[in-house]
Amino acid sequence: MRSGFLKYGVAAFLAAALPASAQEFGDAAAGEAVFGRCSGCHQVGPSARNRVGPQLNGIFGRQAATVDGFRYSNAFQRAGAKGLEWHIDELDAFLENPKQLVPGTRMSFRGISDEGERADLIAYLRQYSDSPANIPEADPTAMATDHEVAPDILALVGDPEYGEYLSSECTTCHRVDGQDAGIPSIVLWPEEDFVIAMHAYKAKVREHPVMNMVAGRLSDEEIAALAAYFAKIESQ
Amino acid sequence: MKLNRRLFIGTGAAAASTLAAPMVHAGAHGKPRVIVVGGGAGGATAARYIAKDSDGAIDVTLIEPTRTYYTCFFSNLYLGGFKEMDDLGHSYGTLASDYGINVIHDWAVGVDRDTKTVTLAGGDSLPYDKLILSPGIDFVDGSVPGWDITAQNAMPHAYKGGSQTELLKAQIQAMPEGGLFVMVAPPNPYRCPPGPYERISMVAHTLSKINPTAKILIADPKEKYSKQGLFEEGWQKYYGGMIDRLGPDFGGGNVSVDPAAMTVDIDGSVEQADVVNVIPAQKAGRIAELAGVTDGNWAPVNPEDMSTKADPDVYVLGDAAAQGDMPKSGFSANSQAKVCANAVRGALTDSRVFPAKFSNTCWSLISENDGVKVGANYEPADGKISSTGGFVSQTGEDAALRKATYEESEGWYAGITADMFG
Repeated sequence: MRSGFLKYGVAAFLAAALPASAQEFGDAAAGEAVFGRCSGCHQVGPSARNRVGPQLNGIFGRQAATVDGFRYSNAFQRAGAKGLEWHIDELDAFLENPKQLVPGTRMSFRGISDEGERADLIAYLRQYSDSPANIPEADPTAMATDHEVAPDILALVGDPEYGEYLSSECTTCHRVDGQDAGIPSIVLWPEEDFVIAMHAYKAKVREHPVMNMVAGRLSDEEIAALAAYFAKIESQ
Repeated sequence: MKLNRRLFIGTGAAAASTLAAPMVHAGAHGKPRVIVVGGGAGGATAARYIAKDSDGAIDVTLIEPTRTYYTCFFSNLYLGGFKEMDDLGHSYGTLASDYGINVIHDWAVGVDRDTKTVTLAGGDSLPYDKLILSPGIDFVDGSVPGWDITAQNAMPHAYKGGSQTELLKAQIQAMPEGGLFVMVAPPNPYRCPPGPYERISMVAHTLSKINPTAKILIADPKEKYSKQGLFEEGWQKYYGGMIDRLGPDFGGGNVSVDPAAMTVDIDGSVEQADVVNVIPAQKAGRIAELAGVTDGNWAPVNPEDMSTKADPDVYVLGDAAAQGDMPKSGFSANSQAKVCANAVRGALTDSRVFPAKFSNTCWSLISENDGVKVGANYEPADGKISSTGGFVSQTGEDAALRKATYEESEGWYAGITADMFG
């Protein structure tokens, strides 16, 4: 597979020359397992919704940064406006090294170095696009969560002004301009995802010593307040 | 009376004029005035947060002598060749242009707490309603016999960012083959507890490349130090045989120096050295002492808002404060600044005041892509800032985790400097 930066026009040409059947370029069943690395932020399938990342139904042939209702980074909006369209080669290049294809993307993911895994994942995603006909509908993808949070906690309405104050602890490391070198961006996350992630750190289901410490002392109301604040702030 | 700031701003000029009088607490004059002395991790952050969150309702002045601020944190990475000096320099331009902070490049040389004024070296006298001092450290005279500030060119401390760091690096690079680098380590408490030992790691990294037979000797008055197991593991792994440390049991606390002869006397044994890095005992930056808010070497503060025990209208942040359990670090100063900013704004404009919460994490680099960290969070308890839990990296961690920790530290550097300077 070609790697590195691909000019969008050239890539589209190459994609047209590639085989059309999923089986020939990857194993969709194996790709479902690979998708587990994406499902913390992305959903795909009949009930897919935008989460931390946009839902991925119909991605093949779509212009980048055009999913309704998702707030893209400036970097992705520029890439889409310049003509980036998702075909096999673009997806492959992006999945190998997201920040090389779209510098400045908020997607905090190192990439997948294994070519076979990328091919499997692309085959899996392709099932949810219009072009490959007669592919049976898969089960709905699991919710983008690795942790159960009680409904009454999810239902808490956060106080964004308190969240703004509490957020000053976060912004020592996490940047409000959405840059994420070394430390992920947390701006514009849907509140529910934010709450689930923080409770996962608090319960130490997700392991990260700094985040376990930070989340460990936050109350349910404080987590809701932070979620309310970060869901609304615009990149500065 | 509680007023929501945004509602207030949104109600327009007519309402503002009727509300302005009871809103602010500024004596007989107009806008309340905050002066911040010191533009580092504590001061720049406090100034920025007060200006940003008060939306112009508070007049903020920041007094800082240097036009380009070179962070002391990450300066060891410059010694190790992982950062350029330019990477560590930051200007105050955005704080002035985007946040409306009145940035004055001058020295604050006096504080009159009765008339509530700060005097500048240039002669001006500025009035304040609230004064925030974040002056960092100065050195205790006579703590290392034979060394005083006039010896800092021969034997640099390099414990304030900028030219001292550059000088130390130049001296390391000029060491003769197989030469000797000596560090005189400081007694507790001092700025950045793992700092001297990260420095040793970075000096060793540089020497192992350009001068592999050189030796490093540490004279240390402390029994134990921060992240000791992690550093010792790394030194063994990367720099075997290069580094020797003499703790107090071996006279590491009984040290004098002769800067003219470039000798270090450790408990009667005289070493001829090529580079001597003297990190003396430390105390609050001098303006805190001049303001009369210190007790001994540091300025005691109340843990709820960082106001001094001596004066409720004078606050001290960061290294200069005696606050309790937090280590003296840029991260701590930045954390304290936000609690202080929230309290000062509340006192001057009736904005909401939230409970004090503090945190700190210190990353250190041992060798290329081998980063470690220690951290804790804190809250007010028993009249001081008290630890409520923490963590530290473990020995034997794999290379991927250490690399991720280093990359995280770079992310933190970008984050905290954006948080300080906008």
